[in-house]
Amino acid sequence: MLMILGKPAPLLFGQLLLGIINGSFYAMLSLGLAIIFGLLNVINFAHGALFMVGAFVTWGLLHYLGIGYWPAMVLAPVMVGAFGLGLERTLIRFTYKLDILYGLLLTFGLALVLQGLFTNAYGSSGVSYSAPDLLSGTLNLGFMYLPVYRGFVVAAAIIICVAVWFVIEKTSLGALLRASTENPALVQAFGVNVPRVIALTFAAGVALAGLAGVLAAPLYSVNPGMGTDLINTVFAVVVIGGMGSIGGAILTGFGLGIIQGFTEVYYPAASSVVVFAVMAVVLLARPAGLFGRAA
Amino acid sequence: MLEIADLNAWYDESHVLHGMKFEVREGECVTLLGRNGAGKSTTLKAIMGLVPKRTGSIRFRGAELIAARPDTIGRAGIGFCPEDRGIFAGLTVEENLMLPPVVAPGGMSIADIHELFPNLRERAKSPGTKLSGGEQQMLAIARILRTGAKLLLLDEPTEGLAPVIVQQIGHMIAEIKRRGFTVLLVEQNFRFAAKLADRHYLVEHGQVVDMIPAHELAARAESLNQRLGI
Ligand SMILES: Nc1ncnc2c1ncn2[C@@H]1O[C@H](COP(=O)(O)OP(=O)(O)OP(=O)(O)O)[C@@H](O)[C@H]1O
Ligand SMILES: [Mg+2]
Repeated sequence: MLMILGKPAPLLFGQLLLGIINGSFYAMLSLGLAIIFGLLNVINFAHGALFMVGAFVTWGLLHYLGIGYWPAMVLAPVMVGAFGLGLERTLIRFTYKLDILYGLLLTFGLALVLQGLFTNAYGSSGVSYSAPDLLSGTLNLGFMYLPVYRGFVVAAAIIICVAVWFVIEKTSLGALLRASTENPALVQAFGVNVPRVIALTFAAGVALAGLAGVLAAPLYSVNPGMGTDLINTVFAVVVIGGMGSIGGAILTGFGLGIIQGFTEVYYPAASSVVVFAVMAVVLLARPAGLFGRAA
Repeated sequence: MLEIADLNAWYDESHVLHGMKFEVREGECVTLLGRNGAGKSTTLKAIMGLVPKRTGSIRFRGAELIAARPDTIGRAGIGFCPEDRGIFAGLTVEENLMLPPVVAPGGMSIADIHELFPNLRERAKSPGTKLSGGEQQMLAIARILRTGAKLLLLDEPTEGLAPVIVQQIGHMIAEIKRRGFTVLLVEQNFRFAAKLADRHYLVEHGQVVDMIPAHELAARAESLNQRLGI
Protein backbone atom coordinates (compact mmCIF):
# COMPACT_ATOMS: atom_id res chain seq x y z
CA MET A 1 0.00 0.00 0.00
CA LEU A 2 1.17 3.49 -0.86
CA MET A 3 2.50 5.30 2.19
CA ILE A 4 2.78 9.08 2.48
CA LEU A 5 4.57 10.68 5.41
CA GLY A 6 4.35 7.40 7.28
CA LYS A 7 0.60 6.94 6.82
CA PRO A 8 -1.38 4.84 4.33
CA ALA A 9 -2.43 7.04 1.42
CA PRO A 10 -6.18 6.19 1.53
CA LEU A 11 -6.33 7.13 5.21
CA LEU A 12 -4.51 10.37 4.59
CA PHE A 13 -6.62 11.35 1.58
CA GLY A 14 -9.81 10.24 3.31
CA GLN A 15 -9.14 12.48 6.27
CA LEU A 16 -8.00 15.27 4.02
CA LEU A 17 -11.33 15.05 2.18
CA LEU A 18 -13.23 15.12 5.47
CA GLY A 19 -11.18 18.13 6.46
CA ILE A 20 -11.98 19.92 3.22
CA ILE A 21 -15.68 19.15 3.62
CA ASN A 22 -15.71 20.48 7.17
CA GLY A 23 -13.73 23.43 5.87
CA SER A 24 -16.43 24.03 3.24
CA PHE A 25 -19.01 24.48 5.97
CA TYR A 26 -16.68 26.59 8.09
CA ALA A 27 -16.10 28.83 5.09
CA MET A 28 -19.76 29.21 4.11
CA LEU A 29 -20.90 29.86 7.66
CA SER A 30 -18.10 32.20 8.63
CA LEU A 31 -18.70 34.12 5.40
CA GLY A 32 -22.29 34.85 6.46
CA LEU A 33 -21.14 35.76 9.96
CA ALA A 34 -18.47 38.09 8.60
CA ILE A 35 -20.93 39.87 6.31
CA ILE A 36 -23.47 40.29 9.09
CA PHE A 37 -20.88 41.44 11.58
CA GLY A 38 -19.41 43.91 9.10
CA LEU A 39 -22.67 45.69 8.39
CA LEU A 40 -24.79 45.15 11.49
CA ASN A 41 -22.05 44.91 14.08
CA VAL A 42 -23.98 41.97 15.47
CA ILE A 43 -22.27 38.72 16.37
CA ASN A 44 -24.98 36.39 15.14
CA PHE A 45 -25.03 33.48 17.56
CA ALA A 46 -28.17 32.18 15.87
CA HIS A 47 -26.21 31.43 12.70
CA GLY A 48 -25.70 27.75 13.56
CA ALA A 49 -29.37 27.35 14.48
CA LEU A 50 -30.41 28.89 11.16
CA PHE A 51 -28.07 26.46 9.39
CA MET A 52 -29.90 23.69 11.24
CA VAL A 53 -33.25 25.18 10.20
CA GLY A 54 -32.04 25.12 6.58
CA ALA A 55 -31.34 21.39 6.88
CA PHE A 56 -34.72 20.71 8.51
CA VAL A 57 -36.55 22.76 5.87
CA THR A 58 -34.84 20.68 3.19
CA TRP A 59 -35.99 17.52 4.91
CA GLY A 60 -39.47 18.96 5.56
CA LEU A 61 -39.94 19.98 1.95
CA LEU A 62 -39.43 16.37 0.91
CA HIS A 63 -41.17 14.74 3.85
CA TYR A 64 -44.31 16.87 3.89
CA LEU A 65 -44.56 18.22 0.36
CA GLY A 66 -42.61 15.79 -1.76
CA ILE A 67 -40.32 18.55 -2.97
CA GLY A 68 -36.86 17.18 -3.71
CA TYR A 69 -33.27 18.29 -3.24
CA TRP A 70 -32.80 20.55 -6.26
CA PRO A 71 -35.84 22.79 -5.70
CA ALA A 72 -34.94 22.79 -1.99
CA MET A 73 -31.58 24.31 -2.87
CA VAL A 74 -33.49 27.44 -3.88
CA LEU A 75 -36.53 27.22 -1.62
CA ALA A 76 -34.83 26.49 1.70
CA PRO A 77 -32.40 29.45 1.57
CA VAL A 78 -35.25 31.75 0.50
CA MET A 79 -37.41 30.54 3.40
CA VAL A 80 -34.59 30.79 5.93
CA GLY A 81 -33.70 34.24 4.54
CA ALA A 82 -37.31 35.40 4.86
CA PHE A 83 -37.39 34.10 8.42
CA GLY A 84 -34.16 35.99 9.09
CA LEU A 85 -35.69 39.15 7.64
CA GLY A 86 -38.58 38.75 10.06
CA LEU A 87 -36.17 38.32 12.99
CA GLU A 88 -34.21 41.40 11.94
CA ARG A 89 -37.28 43.60 11.60
CA THR A 90 -38.96 42.47 14.80
CA LEU A 91 -36.03 41.91 17.16
CA ILE A 92 -32.44 42.33 16.05
CA ARG A 93 -32.70 45.89 14.72
CA PHE A 94 -33.42 47.15 18.21
CA THR A 95 -29.92 46.16 19.33
CA TYR A 96 -27.95 48.25 16.78
CA LYS A 97 -27.74 51.32 18.99
CA LEU A 98 -26.83 49.29 22.06
CA ASP A 99 -23.63 47.64 23.20
CA ILE A 100 -22.55 44.74 21.00
CA LEU A 101 -23.30 42.33 23.87
CA TYR A 102 -27.05 42.85 23.51
CA GLY A 103 -27.11 41.59 19.93
CA LEU A 104 -24.96 38.65 20.95
CA LEU A 105 -27.22 37.73 23.87
CA LEU A 106 -30.37 38.15 21.80
CA THR A 107 -29.14 35.91 19.00
CA PHE A 108 -27.80 33.42 21.54
CA GLY A 109 -31.28 33.27 23.04
CA LEU A 110 -32.82 32.88 19.59
CA ALA A 111 -30.48 29.96 18.91
CA LEU A 112 -31.58 28.23 22.11
CA VAL A 113 -35.26 28.81 21.32
CA LEU A 114 -34.91 27.43 17.78
CA GLN A 115 -32.97 24.44 18.95
CA GLY A 116 -35.51 23.81 21.71
CA LEU A 117 -38.47 24.03 19.34
CA PHE A 118 -36.92 21.57 16.91
CA THR A 119 -35.90 19.18 19.70
CA ASN A 120 -39.47 19.29 20.92
CA ALA A 121 -40.86 18.51 17.49
CA TYR A 122 -38.34 15.99 16.17
CA GLY A 123 -36.36 14.75 19.16
CA SER A 124 -32.65 15.24 19.61
CA SER A 125 -31.57 12.37 17.38
CA GLY A 126 -33.20 14.01 14.40
CA VAL A 127 -34.09 12.67 10.97
CA SER A 128 -32.20 11.47 7.94
CA TYR A 129 -32.14 12.69 4.38
CA SER A 130 -30.49 11.01 1.42
CA ALA A 131 -28.59 12.58 -1.41
CA PRO A 132 -30.36 12.91 -4.76
CA ASP A 133 -29.86 9.97 -7.14
CA LEU A 134 -27.76 12.03 -9.48
CA LEU A 135 -25.17 12.53 -6.73
CA SER A 136 -25.15 9.09 -5.15
CA GLY A 137 -22.41 6.50 -5.60
CA THR A 138 -18.65 6.84 -5.52
CA LEU A 139 -15.93 7.75 -7.98
CA ASN A 140 -12.64 5.92 -8.17
CA LEU A 141 -9.95 8.57 -8.37
CA GLY A 142 -7.13 6.02 -8.46
CA PHE A 143 -5.60 7.05 -5.14
CA MET A 144 -8.93 6.98 -3.27
CA TYR A 145 -12.68 6.49 -3.58
CA LEU A 146 -14.64 9.75 -3.60
CA PRO A 147 -18.32 9.66 -2.64
CA VAL A 148 -19.90 11.78 -5.39
CA TYR A 149 -22.01 13.82 -3.01
CA ARG A 150 -18.96 14.83 -1.00
CA GLY A 151 -17.19 15.99 -4.11
CA PHE A 152 -20.31 17.93 -5.04
CA VAL A 153 -20.43 19.66 -1.65
CA VAL A 154 -16.83 20.80 -1.93
CA ALA A 155 -17.35 22.09 -5.47
CA ALA A 156 -20.61 23.82 -4.54
CA ALA A 157 -19.01 25.43 -1.49
CA ILE A 158 -16.11 26.75 -3.54
CA ILE A 159 -18.48 28.18 -6.15
CA ILE A 160 -20.68 29.76 -3.48
CA CYS A 161 -17.71 31.30 -1.68
CA VAL A 162 -16.16 32.69 -4.85
CA ALA A 163 -19.52 34.07 -5.98
CA VAL A 164 -20.12 35.81 -2.66
CA TRP A 165 -16.57 37.16 -2.63
CA PHE A 166 -17.04 38.47 -6.16
CA VAL A 167 -20.32 40.20 -5.37
CA ILE A 168 -18.89 41.90 -2.32
CA GLU A 169 -15.47 42.86 -3.61
CA LYS A 170 -16.11 43.51 -7.30
CA THR A 171 -19.65 44.77 -7.90
CA SER A 172 -21.41 48.06 -7.25
CA LEU A 173 -23.76 46.30 -4.84
CA GLY A 174 -20.69 45.13 -2.94
CA ALA A 175 -19.28 48.65 -2.97
CA LEU A 176 -22.52 49.86 -1.41
CA LEU A 177 -22.22 47.23 1.32
CA ARG A 178 -18.58 48.06 1.99
CA ALA A 179 -19.36 51.77 2.13
CA SER A 180 -22.32 51.16 4.46
CA THR A 181 -20.03 49.17 6.73
CA GLU A 182 -17.59 52.08 6.90
CA ASN A 183 -19.89 55.09 7.20
CA PRO A 184 -23.60 54.26 7.14
CA ALA A 185 -24.70 57.81 7.96
CA LEU A 186 -23.00 59.31 4.91
CA VAL A 187 -24.26 56.55 2.60
CA GLN A 188 -27.76 57.26 3.85
CA ALA A 189 -27.31 60.99 3.24
CA PHE A 190 -26.49 60.12 -0.38
CA GLY A 191 -30.05 58.84 -0.66
CA VAL A 192 -29.66 55.14 0.14
CA ASN A 193 -32.18 53.52 2.45
CA VAL A 194 -29.48 52.03 4.68
CA PRO A 195 -31.83 50.36 7.19
CA ARG A 196 -33.31 48.40 4.28
CA VAL A 197 -29.82 47.49 3.01
CA ILE A 198 -28.97 46.24 6.49
CA ALA A 199 -32.13 44.14 6.79
CA LEU A 200 -31.61 42.57 3.37
CA THR A 201 -27.95 41.90 4.16
CA PHE A 202 -28.93 40.07 7.30
CA ALA A 203 -31.46 38.07 5.29
CA ALA A 204 -28.80 37.24 2.68
CA GLY A 205 -26.24 36.21 5.31
CA VAL A 206 -28.79 33.99 6.96
CA ALA A 207 -29.92 32.56 3.61
CA LEU A 208 -26.30 31.55 3.11
CA ALA A 209 -26.50 29.60 6.38
CA GLY A 210 -29.72 28.04 5.09
CA LEU A 211 -28.00 27.04 1.85
CA ALA A 212 -25.17 25.44 3.84
CA GLY A 213 -27.89 23.59 5.71
CA VAL A 214 -29.25 22.21 2.44
CA LEU A 215 -25.79 20.96 1.48
CA ALA A 216 -25.36 19.44 4.92
CA ALA A 217 -28.70 17.59 5.05
CA PRO A 218 -27.62 14.47 3.10
CA LEU A 219 -24.18 14.50 4.69
CA TYR A 220 -24.81 14.67 8.41
CA SER A 221 -27.76 13.53 10.45
CA VAL A 222 -30.35 16.32 10.41
CA ASN A 223 -30.74 17.08 14.10
CA PRO A 224 -31.43 20.11 16.28
CA GLY A 225 -27.88 20.22 17.65
CA MET A 226 -26.08 20.08 14.28
CA GLY A 227 -25.62 23.87 14.16
CA THR A 228 -24.30 24.22 17.69
CA ASP A 229 -21.66 21.57 17.07
CA LEU A 230 -20.37 23.47 14.09
CA ILE A 231 -20.78 27.05 15.17
CA ASN A 232 -18.20 26.99 17.96
CA THR A 233 -15.52 26.11 15.46
CA VAL A 234 -16.93 28.65 13.00
CA PHE A 235 -16.56 31.42 15.55
CA ALA A 236 -12.94 30.40 16.04
CA VAL A 237 -12.53 30.59 12.24
CA VAL A 238 -13.97 34.09 12.15
CA VAL A 239 -11.70 35.23 14.96
CA ILE A 240 -8.62 33.68 13.33
CA GLY A 241 -9.46 35.09 9.91
CA GLY A 242 -10.20 38.52 11.28
CA MET A 243 -13.68 39.87 11.92
CA GLY A 244 -15.29 41.31 8.84
CA SER A 245 -12.79 40.10 6.22
CA ILE A 246 -14.60 38.21 3.46
CA GLY A 247 -11.62 36.63 1.71
CA GLY A 248 -10.09 35.90 5.11
CA ALA A 249 -13.17 34.02 6.28
CA ILE A 250 -13.11 31.80 3.20
CA LEU A 251 -9.39 30.97 3.26
CA THR A 252 -9.35 30.43 7.00
CA GLY A 253 -12.43 28.18 6.83
CA PHE A 254 -10.90 25.83 4.28
CA GLY A 255 -7.45 26.06 5.87
CA LEU A 256 -8.65 25.10 9.32
CA GLY A 257 -10.72 22.24 7.97
CA ILE A 258 -7.59 20.87 6.33
CA ILE A 259 -5.48 21.35 9.46
CA GLN A 260 -8.15 19.52 11.43
CA GLY A 261 -8.13 16.68 8.89
CA PHE A 262 -4.37 16.20 9.20
CA THR A 263 -4.53 16.33 12.98
CA GLU A 264 -7.09 13.55 12.82
CA VAL A 265 -4.51 11.42 11.01
CA TYR A 266 -1.44 12.16 13.09
CA TYR A 267 -2.82 12.87 16.53
CA PRO A 268 -6.56 12.19 16.66
CA ALA A 269 -6.88 13.16 20.30
CA ALA A 270 -6.05 16.77 19.43
CA SER A 271 -8.37 17.13 16.45
CA SER A 272 -11.15 18.87 18.34
CA VAL A 273 -8.87 21.35 20.08
CA VAL A 274 -6.42 22.13 17.30
CA VAL A 275 -8.60 24.93 15.98
CA PHE A 276 -8.60 26.64 19.35
CA ALA A 277 -4.86 26.15 19.71
CA VAL A 278 -4.40 27.87 16.35
CA MET A 279 -6.74 30.62 17.50
CA ALA A 280 -4.70 31.23 20.64
CA VAL A 281 -1.45 31.42 18.69
CA VAL A 282 -2.88 33.72 16.02
CA LEU A 283 -4.43 36.05 18.57
CA LEU A 284 -1.14 36.32 20.42
CA ALA A 285 0.73 37.19 17.23
CA ARG A 286 -1.97 39.20 15.42
CA PRO A 287 -4.81 40.37 17.65
CA ALA A 288 -6.84 41.55 14.64
CA GLY A 289 -6.71 38.10 13.04
CA LEU A 290 -4.80 36.89 10.01
CA PHE A 291 -6.65 39.01 7.47
CA GLY A 292 -8.24 41.60 9.78
CA ARG A 293 -7.62 45.28 9.42
CA ALA A 294 -6.17 46.55 12.69
CA ALA A 295 -8.98 47.84 14.86
CA MET B 1 -34.42 77.14 -2.98
CA LEU B 2 -33.42 76.43 0.64
CA GLU B 3 -35.04 78.28 3.55
CA ILE B 4 -33.88 77.63 7.07
CA ALA B 5 -35.85 79.08 9.96
CA ASP B 6 -35.62 78.68 13.71
CA LEU B 7 -33.29 75.69 13.30
CA ASN B 8 -32.18 74.14 16.59
CA ALA B 9 -29.94 71.12 16.90
CA TRP B 10 -28.59 69.02 19.76
CA TYR B 11 -25.88 66.43 20.28
CA ASP B 12 -27.26 64.39 23.16
CA GLU B 13 -27.49 66.97 25.92
CA SER B 14 -25.57 69.81 24.29
CA HIS B 15 -27.68 72.37 22.46
CA VAL B 16 -25.54 73.58 19.53
CA LEU B 17 -27.78 75.47 17.08
CA HIS B 18 -30.01 78.16 18.55
CA GLY B 19 -32.50 79.25 15.93
CA MET B 20 -30.45 79.46 12.72
CA LYS B 21 -32.18 81.46 9.99
CA PHE B 22 -30.96 81.98 6.42
CA GLU B 23 -31.82 81.21 2.84
CA VAL B 24 -30.10 80.14 -0.34
CA ARG B 25 -31.64 81.10 -3.67
CA GLU B 26 -31.38 79.06 -6.83
CA GLY B 27 -28.04 79.51 -8.61
CA GLU B 28 -26.40 81.33 -5.71
CA CYS B 29 -23.22 80.52 -3.88
CA VAL B 30 -23.72 81.38 -0.23
CA THR B 31 -21.21 80.92 2.59
CA LEU B 32 -21.48 80.35 6.28
CA LEU B 33 -18.53 82.04 7.96
CA GLY B 34 -17.67 81.66 11.60
CA ARG B 35 -15.08 80.72 14.17
CA ASN B 36 -14.21 77.20 15.21
CA GLY B 37 -17.11 75.63 17.03
CA ALA B 38 -19.66 78.23 15.88
CA GLY B 39 -21.94 75.51 14.53
CA LYS B 40 -21.29 75.68 10.77
CA SER B 41 -20.75 71.96 10.25
CA THR B 42 -23.63 71.18 12.58
CA THR B 43 -25.87 73.34 10.39
CA LEU B 44 -24.99 71.30 7.30
CA LYS B 45 -25.39 68.04 9.21
CA ALA B 46 -28.76 69.23 10.54
CA ILE B 47 -29.91 70.00 7.00
CA MET B 48 -28.95 66.44 5.99
CA GLY B 49 -30.68 64.92 9.01
CA LEU B 50 -27.39 63.73 10.50
CA VAL B 51 -27.74 65.16 14.01
CA PRO B 52 -29.41 63.23 16.83
CA LYS B 53 -32.11 65.89 17.35
CA ARG B 54 -33.29 68.98 15.49
CA THR B 55 -36.33 71.27 15.44
CA GLY B 56 -37.47 74.23 13.35
CA SER B 57 -37.96 74.40 9.62
CA ILE B 58 -35.86 73.30 6.64
CA ARG B 59 -37.71 73.99 3.41
CA PHE B 60 -36.17 72.81 0.17
CA ARG B 61 -37.99 73.70 -3.05
CA GLY B 62 -41.07 74.29 -0.94
CA ALA B 63 -41.02 70.89 0.82
CA GLU B 64 -40.54 70.69 4.59
CA LEU B 65 -37.63 68.37 5.47
CA ILE B 66 -37.30 68.83 9.24
CA ALA B 67 -38.80 65.41 9.98
CA ALA B 68 -37.34 63.60 6.95
CA ARG B 69 -34.75 60.84 7.09
CA PRO B 70 -31.28 61.47 5.62
CA ASP B 71 -31.97 59.29 2.57
CA THR B 72 -35.17 61.20 1.81
CA ILE B 73 -33.23 64.44 2.06
CA GLY B 74 -30.50 63.12 -0.24
CA ARG B 75 -33.14 61.91 -2.70
CA ALA B 76 -34.79 65.35 -2.64
CA GLY B 77 -31.69 66.62 -4.44
CA ILE B 78 -29.21 67.86 -1.85
CA GLY B 79 -25.60 66.69 -2.25
CA PHE B 80 -23.38 66.63 0.83
CA CYS B 81 -19.60 66.89 1.05
CA PRO B 82 -18.67 66.47 4.72
CA GLU B 83 -15.84 68.21 6.53
CA ASP B 84 -13.81 64.98 6.81
CA ARG B 85 -14.51 64.40 3.08
CA GLY B 86 -15.99 60.98 3.75
CA ILE B 87 -13.85 59.08 1.26
CA PHE B 88 -14.33 55.33 1.76
CA ALA B 89 -11.07 53.49 2.40
CA GLY B 90 -12.55 50.15 1.38
CA LEU B 91 -13.60 51.49 -2.03
CA THR B 92 -11.52 52.39 -5.06
CA VAL B 93 -11.57 55.92 -6.44
CA GLU B 94 -13.98 54.79 -9.15
CA GLU B 95 -16.24 53.03 -6.65
CA ASN B 96 -16.26 56.13 -4.46
CA LEU B 97 -17.20 58.20 -7.49
CA MET B 98 -20.01 55.88 -8.54
CA LEU B 99 -21.37 55.21 -5.04
CA PRO B 100 -24.00 57.94 -4.57
CA PRO B 101 -27.15 56.93 -6.44
CA VAL B 102 -28.55 59.20 -9.14
CA VAL B 103 -31.44 61.08 -7.55
CA ALA B 104 -32.55 63.28 -10.45
CA PRO B 105 -31.82 63.69 -14.14
CA GLY B 106 -29.37 66.35 -15.25
CA GLY B 107 -26.28 65.35 -13.27
CA MET B 108 -22.83 65.75 -14.81
CA SER B 109 -21.63 62.91 -17.02
CA ILE B 110 -18.58 60.87 -16.06
CA ALA B 111 -16.79 62.28 -19.12
CA ASP B 112 -17.43 65.84 -17.92
CA ILE B 113 -16.33 64.96 -14.42
CA HIS B 114 -13.11 63.40 -15.69
CA GLU B 115 -12.47 66.48 -17.76
CA LEU B 116 -12.88 68.66 -14.69
CA PHE B 117 -10.92 66.27 -12.44
CA PRO B 118 -8.41 64.42 -14.68
CA ASN B 119 -6.59 62.85 -11.69
CA LEU B 120 -9.66 60.83 -10.81
CA ARG B 121 -9.46 58.95 -14.09
CA GLU B 122 -5.75 58.20 -13.76
CA ARG B 123 -6.17 56.92 -10.20
CA ALA B 124 -9.51 55.15 -10.79
CA LYS B 125 -8.34 51.78 -9.44
CA SER B 126 -6.45 52.92 -6.36
CA PRO B 127 -8.07 52.86 -2.93
CA GLY B 128 -9.92 56.12 -2.24
CA THR B 129 -7.84 57.09 0.74
CA LYS B 130 -4.53 56.60 -1.11
CA LEU B 131 -5.18 59.87 -2.93
CA SER B 132 -3.59 63.10 -1.73
CA GLY B 133 -5.69 65.38 0.44
CA GLY B 134 -6.49 67.65 -2.48
CA GLU B 135 -7.46 64.75 -4.73
CA GLN B 136 -9.67 63.33 -2.00
CA GLN B 137 -11.41 66.67 -1.72
CA MET B 138 -11.96 66.74 -5.47
CA LEU B 139 -13.34 63.20 -5.36
CA ALA B 140 -15.69 64.15 -2.54
CA ILE B 141 -17.06 67.02 -4.64
CA ALA B 142 -17.01 65.13 -7.93
CA ARG B 143 -19.14 62.26 -6.68
CA ILE B 144 -22.04 64.54 -5.77
CA LEU B 145 -21.96 66.25 -9.17
CA ARG B 146 -23.13 63.20 -11.07
CA THR B 147 -26.20 62.45 -8.95
CA GLY B 148 -28.42 65.19 -10.29
CA ALA B 149 -28.50 66.97 -6.90
CA LYS B 150 -28.72 70.69 -7.63
CA LEU B 151 -27.93 72.07 -4.17
CA LEU B 152 -24.46 71.19 -2.89
CA LEU B 153 -23.42 71.54 0.74
CA LEU B 154 -19.63 71.84 0.91
CA ASP B 155 -17.99 71.80 4.34
CA GLU B 156 -14.59 73.55 4.34
CA PRO B 157 -13.31 72.16 1.04
CA THR B 158 -10.01 74.00 1.46
CA GLU B 159 -9.19 72.86 4.98
CA GLY B 160 -5.60 71.72 5.35
CA LEU B 161 -4.71 72.06 1.66
CA ALA B 162 -1.76 73.82 0.02
CA PRO B 163 -2.42 77.22 -1.59
CA VAL B 164 -2.08 75.88 -5.16
CA ILE B 165 -4.69 73.23 -4.47
CA VAL B 166 -6.96 75.74 -2.77
CA GLN B 167 -6.79 77.81 -5.94
CA GLN B 168 -7.69 74.78 -8.07
CA ILE B 169 -10.65 73.99 -5.87
CA GLY B 170 -11.75 77.61 -6.15
CA HIS B 171 -11.75 77.32 -9.95
CA MET B 172 -13.77 74.13 -9.69
CA ILE B 173 -16.40 75.65 -7.47
CA ALA B 174 -16.67 78.62 -9.83
CA GLU B 175 -17.11 76.20 -12.71
CA ILE B 176 -19.72 74.21 -10.78
CA LYS B 177 -21.65 77.41 -10.14
CA ARG B 178 -21.38 78.38 -13.80
CA ARG B 179 -22.99 75.06 -14.67
CA GLY B 180 -26.06 75.99 -12.67
CA PHE B 181 -25.45 74.30 -9.32
CA THR B 182 -26.43 76.10 -6.13
CA VAL B 183 -23.76 75.99 -3.45
CA LEU B 184 -23.89 76.40 0.32
CA LEU B 185 -20.26 76.69 1.34
CA VAL B 186 -18.85 76.54 4.87
CA GLU B 187 -15.52 78.34 5.05
CA GLN B 188 -13.02 79.77 7.46
CA ASN B 189 -10.86 80.90 4.58
CA PHE B 190 -12.50 84.20 4.07
CA ARG B 191 -10.32 85.32 1.16
CA PHE B 192 -11.19 82.11 -0.66
CA ALA B 193 -14.90 82.53 0.01
CA ALA B 194 -14.85 86.20 -1.03
CA LYS B 195 -14.04 85.34 -4.64
CA LEU B 196 -16.84 82.81 -5.00
CA ALA B 197 -19.86 83.82 -3.00
CA ASP B 198 -22.82 86.07 -3.68
CA ARG B 199 -23.65 86.45 0.00
CA HIS B 200 -22.12 85.55 3.34
CA TYR B 201 -23.78 84.68 6.62
CA LEU B 202 -21.83 85.18 9.78
CA VAL B 203 -22.45 82.43 12.36
CA GLU B 204 -21.75 82.84 16.07
CA HIS B 205 -22.79 80.46 18.85
CA GLY B 206 -25.26 78.58 16.69
CA GLN B 207 -27.00 81.66 15.32
CA VAL B 208 -26.76 83.79 12.20
CA VAL B 209 -25.68 87.21 13.45
CA ASP B 210 -25.14 89.03 10.17
CA MET B 211 -25.63 88.85 6.41
CA ILE B 212 -23.08 90.46 4.11
CA PRO B 213 -23.72 90.78 0.36
CA ALA B 214 -20.60 90.31 -1.77
CA HIS B 215 -20.41 93.98 -2.77
CA GLU B 216 -20.23 95.13 0.87
CA LEU B 217 -17.53 92.66 1.76
CA ALA B 218 -14.54 94.84 0.97
CA ALA B 219 -15.83 97.71 3.07
CA ARG B 220 -16.47 95.44 6.03
CA ALA B 221 -13.43 93.23 5.73
CA GLU B 222 -11.68 94.60 8.76
CA SER B 223 -14.48 94.15 11.26
CA LEU B 224 -15.19 90.73 9.80
CA ASN B 225 -11.60 89.64 10.20
CA GLN B 226 -11.80 90.64 13.79
CA ARG B 227 -15.00 88.74 14.44
CA LEU B 228 -13.66 85.65 12.69
CA GLY B 229 -10.47 85.88 14.71
CA ILE B 230 -8.23 85.81 11.67
N1 LIG C 1 -20.50 64.80 17.44
C1 LIG C 1 -20.55 65.80 18.37
N2 LIG C 1 -20.94 65.52 19.64
C2 LIG C 1 -21.00 66.49 20.57
N3 LIG C 1 -20.71 67.80 20.34
C3 LIG C 1 -20.31 68.13 19.10
C4 LIG C 1 -20.21 67.15 18.05
N4 LIG C 1 -19.81 67.78 16.92
C5 LIG C 1 -19.66 69.07 17.25
N5 LIG C 1 -19.96 69.29 18.55
C6 LIG C 1 -19.92 70.60 19.24
O1 LIG C 1 -20.85 71.45 18.59
C7 LIG C 1 -20.31 72.75 18.47
C8 LIG C 1 -20.35 73.18 17.01
O2 LIG C 1 -19.50 72.34 16.25
P1 LIG C 1 -19.36 72.45 14.68
O3 LIG C 1 -18.57 71.28 14.25
O4 LIG C 1 -20.70 72.64 14.08
O5 LIG C 1 -18.53 73.77 14.53
P2 LIG C 1 -17.91 74.43 13.23
O6 LIG C 1 -18.46 75.78 13.15
O7 LIG C 1 -18.08 73.54 12.06
O8 LIG C 1 -16.39 74.49 13.64
P3 LIG C 1 -15.06 74.20 12.77
O9 LIG C 1 -14.75 75.46 12.09
O10 LIG C 1 -14.04 73.85 13.80
O11 LIG C 1 -15.35 73.07 11.85
C9 LIG C 1 -18.91 72.71 19.05
O12 LIG C 1 -18.97 73.22 20.36
C10 LIG C 1 -18.57 71.25 19.09
O13 LIG C 1 -17.75 70.95 20.18
MG1 LIG D 1 -16.85 72.43 10.92
